[in-house]
Amino acid sequence: MIFNNAAIMQTLNVNLNAVAPVALMTVLAIVLMVIDFFLKRENKFSLGIVTLIGLVLILPVAATTVDPAPAFGGMVIADAYAAFFNVVFIIAAIFAVVISNDYLRKISSERGEYYYIIIFATIGMMVMASANDLVNLYVGLELMSLSFYILVAMRRSATGAEGALKYFILGAFSSGILLYGITFTYGFAGTTNLTEIARMGVNLSSANHYLLIAIIMLVAGFAFKIAAFPFHLWSPDAYEGAPTPVTALLSVGSKAAAFAFFLRFFGGAFHEFHAHWAGLLWILSAATMLVGATVAIQQKNIVRMLAYSSIAHAGIILIGVVVMNGFASAGVMFYMFVYAFMNMGAFTVVALMARNDGTGKSISDYKGLAGRRPVLAFVMALFLLSLAGIPPTGGFTAKFFILASAIEARYYWLAAIGVISTVISLFFYAKVIFYMYMKEPDALDDMAPVTQAPSTLAYNIIIFITAVSTMVLGLCPTPVMDMAIAAVSHL
Amino acid sequence: MIIPYLGVLIIVGLVGFMGVMSFFASFIMRPRNPYAEKLTPWECGMEPVGEANAGHFRVHYFIIAILFIVFDVETLFLFPWATLLTDKGLSGFIFIEMIVFVAILAIGFIYAWVKGALEWV
Repeated sequence: MIFNNAAIMQTLNVNLNAVAPVALMTVLAIVLMVIDFFLKRENKFSLGIVTLIGLVLILPVAATTVDPAPAFGGMVIADAYAAFFNVVFIIAAIFAVVISNDYLRKISSERGEYYYIIIFATIGMMVMASANDLVNLYVGLELMSLSFYILVAMRRSATGAEGALKYFILGAFSSGILLYGITFTYGFAGTTNLTEIARMGVNLSSANHYLLIAIIMLVAGFAFKIAAFPFHLWSPDAYEGAPTPVTALLSVGSKAAAFAFFLRFFGGAFHEFHAHWAGLLWILSAATMLVGATVAIQQKNIVRMLAYSSIAHAGIILIGVVVMNGFASAGVMFYMFVYAFMNMGAFTVVALMARNDGTGKSISDYKGLAGRRPVLAFVMALFLLSLAGIPPTGGFTAKFFILASAIEARYYWLAAIGVISTVISLFFYAKVIFYMYMKEPDALDDMAPVTQAPSTLAYNIIIFITAVSTMVLGLCPTPVMDMAIAAVSHL
Repeated sequence: MIIPYLGVLIIVGLVGFMGVMSFFASFIMRPRNPYAEKLTPWECGMEPVGEANAGHFRVHYFIIAILFIVFDVETLFLFPWATLLTDKGLSGFIFIEMIVFVAILAIGFIYAWVKGALEWV
């Protein structure tokens, strides 16, 4: 043989520990798949329990897998940063799985595939967060996207099909643009490895046209995944059509995964070209914040409202990417962490309120909720206030860190637009609270929905955990923020 | 910077010209004898379903096609793997790696089988 074994093994750097979380998740998905063969339709809920146990067992493994050396020929890097995001993904997946059982029964779509496709989507996110190579990133991105296309179409209805088809066509198109951007990056750098690109960046002359094309295309591809302004049109339809637990995972997980790679790519590989991409992201961020917040005002459906609110949130998180220093990056990570709890909580309430026939998602259905279910109305108000960024909730602290980093780095206008969008967004969040506390329900038959759920225990547990976490992260953000700062310091 | 690529441009032009010309030549020389069977859309010998003009084919055909792609790619991996397997230093690791890979594919295949993707109805 012409190969030198020792050299090959050294370049490969086979490190199974670095991929342990992803490998375990894959094993979980395959085990679920095999169990699914032997289950009758009425017993599919037990798959949810197995999924939950598996995810809870993998969570500590994902949290402790820290190995800053790139493994597998520089394809994978399992640093503290990746571990932080893996924890966010798995927590989001756990929440989605727990509320799925009852929701799937409501929409009578109890299929075994649902659970392991959720796991596959989570694996895709984890691969994205720990990718140190553009090719590996693309594999993770496609795994996540393909899984989500199926999950969005899980509800066999016209809105489900419309949302899934829109998401699929636009998603496939944007993946193509992203891939084209990757080829341009390869064209000017001669490598797809992020560490190598960062090394090239120092030597390259900044006036490289291919670099600019690559930046534009990569930003466009990622802006689609985070639903930033000109690329956001798929998200309200996909969110509305998908089963609500999937919507929750989609809004938290896929966004966090895209931001995870955004930070690693622009903060690590393309950091030398900050002047080139910061302006582009500046405009995207400002436009996304304003459009998301203003369009959300006129929404009648609570899922669509939350979809536009998540667009506005993506704009605010983008501020952190524009600023791109240690504090801002940690702010983005903290924001994603808080967002996972508060958004999951809000969507859990929405899933609980949804009726068997798929209605109950209109904002007017929340009229007078405080009279019927005072605790539920209170936690929903808590989640909405947190999403709006009112102290002492986690949403306030997260926004504070991002905006403080922007002001520190002299991005005064961007910070001002962020504050304005927060003020606008308060209007539509407060509208729901106003409906819940100040209005009387429309008719008596609207009183029924909440009692229909056979078991609200699963919902209650998730609502309790998310509500407590949202408050704790608001009152005591230091431990998580310290973890985030420690994680980005090695980026 | 452009000059070294001039040959590529000429080739592109030539290929395009050849393509258009071959269509044009066959258009002039071919016999014209259309009938219904000949005008139906052709997809690997599958009969179209429903409106023949719309070119709809049984979804089973595409499922089989996708399954074929999966195992095609598996074979693609097996060949370079087989050449490396003679290497003593690597063989142990990559042998297990390929077993895992094939096992995962096999579960996918069993999944397709159990769900009835291989039944031709």
